[in-house]
Amino acid sequence: MASTAKFWREQESRYNLEGTRCSNCGSFFFPPRSLCPKCRRKGTIVPYKFKGTGEVVTYTTVYQAPRNNNRQTPYTLAIIELDEGTRMLSEVICEPAQISTGMRVRAVFRKLGEEGEKGIIYYGTKFVPA
Amino acid sequence: MIGIASYGVYVPLYRIKVEEIAKQWGENPANIKSGLLVEEKSVPDLDEDTATMAVEAARAAIRRANLDPKAIGAVYVGSESHPYAVKPTATIVAAAMGAPHLITAADFEFACKAGTAAIQTCMGLVALNKIKYGLAVGADVSQSSPGDALEYSAGAGGAAFVIGQDKIVAEIEEYASFTSDTPDFWRRDLQKYPVHGGRFTGEPAYFRHTIAATEALMERAGLQPTDFDFAVFHQPNGKFPLKAAKTLGFTTAQLEPGLMVTHFGNTYSASSLIGLAATLDMASSSQRILVTSFGSGAGSDAFAFRVTDLIDEVREKAPKVEEFLLSKRYLDYAAYAKHQRKIRM
Repeated sequence: MASTAKFWREQESRYNLEGTRCSNCGSFFFPPRSLCPKCRRKGTIVPYKFKGTGEVVTYTTVYQAPRNNNRQTPYTLAIIELDEGTRMLSEVICEPAQISTGMRVRAVFRKLGEEGEKGIIYYGTKFVPA
Repeated sequence: MIGIASYGVYVPLYRIKVEEIAKQWGENPANIKSGLLVEEKSVPDLDEDTATMAVEAARAAIRRANLDPKAIGAVYVGSESHPYAVKPTATIVAAAMGAPHLITAADFEFACKAGTAAIQTCMGLVALNKIKYGLAVGADVSQSSPGDALEYSAGAGGAAFVIGQDKIVAEIEEYASFTSDTPDFWRRDLQKYPVHGGRFTGEPAYFRHTIAATEALMERAGLQPTDFDFAVFHQPNGKFPLKAAKTLGFTTAQLEPGLMVTHFGNTYSASSLIGLAATLDMASSSQRILVTSFGSGAGSDAFAFRVTDLIDEVREKAPKVEEFLLSKRYLDYAAYAKHQRKIRM
């Protein structure tokens, strides 16, 4: 149950790429930060919804997965730099041979996992080639 | 004037051909293709389900007309494959499209016509001025027992329609429904696959309800088949809508723009709605579209839509149905069985 509550707290970020932005220095944060590490007390943090487009910085293909993901192997995880400048880790849905650094990607809504057949289903953002 | 303010569709990338399924079961694919008028069907990805497809369709609908999701007052999702038995798909869709919390939301179920029932409910709330816009979604990842005739056509897809009175791209001129207690197709609680009544699904079910609802609509609206530029009927296969159209006096040419079953299969709650979307993708201002859904169990909802000149402003702002027709990747039967979770681990 602990993971259900944790996921629910992060749901808005996972569903809609909702992060934050410092209106003082213009930095973007994902996952959302409540304090700007540069501006500290001078910073003003405001909510920001990312556009959902970016490019692959680096990637790895997973062949041995945790139990709940083992139907999906092989799958590819990537560090994605969003167009606003911040980076995040996400699955990129494509054939392993298709991905490359610098490849443009866009966000889509997919299942991230599930707690077996009886448990909660986790939804959120993954990326596909743009 | 109540009508469609925007629309969006989603069909997964994957397909399986009739030949590939027929090969597993020792059937003659030519007989199946000529019997069903289906060439291939859509298959969800491993991480796709009714909720993810409903969200993609809903987001496309919001984007197409550049709507503010905060103006949505109701979210209804029609499906016979909701991911949870208890926990609404509509809440997931509402959250993922950025709808406010002060909305009403629910899941609908009426076999393949739950999406059009959702449109009717939105129409009521809009007419009462209780909401500005309502979102009605039909989405399904349809299930079929391995080796059953249904396996050749049971596809996957979603379609979302924003219903309102402001900036309408197609007015809903009239609607009519026909409902009866007819056990042509069902799935009992906790059962993985549905059961159907074979030939019983034709005359007493699909044709009786589709024809009666369409005739009631035309009588209520004072319209003839020749008054419509296009017609969309529910598409469990390619033959049924063609036969229903012929019986009612519609031509094949009126049907063609919205006949999607040949390449997507039967997308259940999304079937007639994807047909409507494909027709809106190419229709011109003032053209009239008939849409008649059918849901086993059984019932039909018939609508007369009149396209407005605002269609040209929104049409290109989200993916058209044709883009999903062209974008595809084929699976063999083993990969398809894995995608559909037919293999239990």
